[in-house]
Amino acid sequence: MKVSNALWAEQLSGKLPEPLAREIDIFETEVTLRKQGKLDERLFAETRLRRGIYGQRYDNGQRHDGRKVQEIAYPSGELTKGPNTMWDAPGMQRIKIPGGGLNAEQLETMADLAEEYSDGIAHVTTRQDFQLHYVHIDETPSLMRRLAAAGITTREACGNSVRNVTACPYAGVCPDEVFDVTPYSKALSKFLLGHPDCQNFGRKFKPAFSGCSQHACGLTNMHDLGMIAVTRTENGKEKRGFETYVGGGLGAVPYQAKLFETFVPPEELLPLAQAIARVFAARGEKKNRSRARIKFLIQDLGIEKFKELVLEERKNLPPDPRWTEFVKEAEKFQEAPLRPGGKPPLLGSEAFQRWVKFNTRPQKQAGYVVVTIALPLGDITSNQLRALADIARRFTKETIRTTVEQNIVLRWVSQSDLSDLHSALQAAGLGAPGAESIVDVAACPGTDTCKLGISSSRGLAAELRNRLAEKSFQLDESVQNLHIKISGCFNSCGQHHVADLGFYGVSRKMSGYAVPHFQVVLGGEWDHNGGSYGLPVIAIPSKNIPEVVTRLTDLYAANKNSGEKFKDFIKRMGKVELKKMLEDLARPPADPSDRTFFSDWGDPREYSLSDMGVGECAGEVVSAVEFDLAAAERELFEAQVKWESGQVEQAGTTAYRSMLRAAKALVKLESANVTDDPGQIVREFRARYYDTQKFFDPFAGGKFANYLFAAHEKSNEPYTPDSTRYLIDEAQLFIDAAHSCYNRVGTPASV
Amino acid sequence: MDNRLAQHLPQMQHVNVKLLLRNPGEVDLEPLIPVFHDWIRDQVGEGLLLDVADYRHVDAGPGVVLIGHEGNYSVDNTDSRLGVRYNRKAALDGSNQDRLKQAARAALTACHRLEAESRLGGRLRFNRHEIEVFINDRLLAPNNDATREAFDSDFQVFFREVFGGGEYSLSYGSDPRKLFAVSVKAAQSFPVAYLLENLG
Repeated sequence: MKVSNALWAEQLSGKLPEPLAREIDIFETEVTLRKQGKLDERLFAETRLRRGIYGQRYDNGQRHDGRKVQEIAYPSGELTKGPNTMWDAPGMQRIKIPGGGLNAEQLETMADLAEEYSDGIAHVTTRQDFQLHYVHIDETPSLMRRLAAAGITTREACGNSVRNVTACPYAGVCPDEVFDVTPYSKALSKFLLGHPDCQNFGRKFKPAFSGCSQHACGLTNMHDLGMIAVTRTENGKEKRGFETYVGGGLGAVPYQAKLFETFVPPEELLPLAQAIARVFAARGEKKNRSRARIKFLIQDLGIEKFKELVLEERKNLPPDPRWTEFVKEAEKFQEAPLRPGGKPPLLGSEAFQRWVKFNTRPQKQAGYVVVTIALPLGDITSNQLRALADIARRFTKETIRTTVEQNIVLRWVSQSDLSDLHSALQAAGLGAPGAESIVDVAACPGTDTCKLGISSSRGLAAELRNRLAEKSFQLDESVQNLHIKISGCFNSCGQHHVADLGFYGVSRKMSGYAVPHFQVVLGGEWDHNGGSYGLPVIAIPSKNIPEVVTRLTDLYAANKNSGEKFKDFIKRMGKVELKKMLEDLARPPADPSDRTFFSDWGDPREYSLSDMGVGECAGEVVSAVEFDLAAAERELFEAQVKWESGQVEQAGTTAYRSMLRAAKALVKLESANVTDDPGQIVREFRARYYDTQKFFDPFAGGKFANYLFAAHEKSNEPYTPDSTRYLIDEAQLFIDAAHSCYNRVGTPASV
Repeated sequence: MDNRLAQHLPQMQHVNVKLLLRNPGEVDLEPLIPVFHDWIRDQVGEGLLLDVADYRHVDAGPGVVLIGHEGNYSVDNTDSRLGVRYNRKAALDGSNQDRLKQAARAALTACHRLEAESRLGGRLRFNRHEIEVFINDRLLAPNNDATREAFDSDFQVFFREVFGGGEYSLSYGSDPRKLFAVSVKAAQSFPVAYLLENLG
């Protein structure tokens, strides 16, 4: 596409780190080979994913225009960059930012690339990466070279590899941290990048570091490998180490990480990670993607057996000098300020005071604060990136980091500079208050660009942001501090499980049409590194979610006890009551001609793929399947309530029964004679919906059906609190998938 | 820079043309979203149209973008200057005049269509005298004196034709980090249809 693509290699020759230059040359050759048909599309897909190049929505060459599906006539015709992925379709480039650390030059590079190869926007993700959207694959080698020249790689940003190593963005300056984890996270990131022991995973592997256990910033609890800074005294000296967790993860069914070791010294950090990688590569699932994360391996083996295997592997590792060569330097590592510390400003406008309240936090170093730049939906323009680079140079030694809340922080800001800094940020359109408050809604890309998106997470986030911004400063203080996180589907990229108010996209049928919905997820905890996960309460049409937020926050403000956290309030209120309070919002509009629900936020197209007209009685048509699926959801909700009240066995049985009910609902579409016998339901469901692939999700395949089969197989085994928790999540996903399946197969005339 | 690279530079490719709007404070971008979706459905205009990206939430940003394969259309608010923008992504053969004409025609045609769009309530209007041109490639056209010197005569010829011989002034951006850009201000007002006609 770009004429300059042929020239960048020459322009940057000799200016790139050799391994990165070689890596990009290889990829460019692979691009050429694929275009010549000499490289298999599946192989090419994994190779590009491992360079951070994802597909985007409509890359299968089809797009629903609100009336019907249209074929997109991409100029390269049948050439693909992966199975069912057209070559010319714009894609997403993910860019790894280890620990979120950036300098001013890197911001400027990002600005140039967003402008020249994307649409002028760089997007900060919930794992401290950057993403550029609408990038043509032919541009990616040049883009990578320009990043490499600034010291950034996209290698292993996607694919079955070690993803960005994240770290608390306040590491080194947080008053509550045990020690600065920055140099350790950098060392691990560098060590694992391209490591031969990390090239044969069945799925991705995400490490994270936190400087403490009480805050959320590192989110170690929901990572494959989580490291929390701790110290202990050895021979009268304080020794650094890491409380180490494994097997956490969100995804469709979230898992809490398990404690692997209470104290791992720094010199053991890298070899331990290497040994874990080896065990994961050797023993992890490879064929069934939905069971391939390390959390499933650990669940299957048990943490003790997993630990035994890892420690055995550790003994067999050939020594590597890199394991320890960083350790002494790490202990000395410290960032420095540009300007002397100062006193906090005494005066200022109301806007300035709000900004100081929400967007600054004191450092442990007296006279300095961390300033958070709140990016709406994680987005920042090229001009803003350049302005921010100037600001970082003017006020700091370019101590910039991205955060998992999709923001950017400037560290080491002298308190006496706050007023000038705020003015500079305002001039760049970056001075909005409300960072990390209820207004600062996090969202994954959702249906905007993601192939897996079901509902418009960004559209909803923008809508909530607009509505809340108008009144946020009049809200009760406790409400101001709540977190809203939205995912476009069950895959949790928006981290909805650990929000106070979490939402994930599902579809439901109303009046014969598919309607975008969000499951309302309550009870999650952001603190304590994502300390607990919420559970779905009810699916509500997308257009009614703002009202859900209003009702729940009003209820909390009016009824909370002194100091009561939202999570505890939800528990005290009980989900039965909360569900009752929201149920009316789940109903279709009273007026059948009201089309409001049938499109999503920010996207005026009719959501449904159907071109079915609206008949006179369309508003009243509710099929038996819909009744049965609703009953399955009710049953699952009962399971959740039982689980929360400690009735584990009954909860497990009820959740299993809800899956059977949903499966039976679908079977009845084809055979009215199905009985209540679980064996018959599962057999019939397998034959009619699994073997025929009718139940298959376009991307997840038979994953959700396998949840039913596994639940059926284990239905005679006792339920444990953990297994029941997972079963409830799996049952919800199965029922969601049953709704989707029903939407796809349509309503037979006889219903 | 070595000789092989130097002989390719500067080059006028990936031309962006932006027509600044009258009363930008009165323009609501939300109704633009269904309009752009309809353009995709009907594949209106030049090039393959693919998707709509909504960046209204970003201050002084790209606004609402209609993503295309060969080029993007947007109502763009970069530098807080609202305008209808065409961003040519695919390379073009021909002379610099041909490339400028292609981008200008695409921007003017889009603007003409938007001015006539009833859903926008007649509020989206070219201000009739301000146009910006960018070259969206820093390697081909760095924002420096050499590029200015190399392209100035092309711009003079082009805008003489566009404005039908009417008076205008050119001013160049000076920040070396930004895209090479020229702002053009006509002394008189010209409707879109007139400028399109002048492009032939």
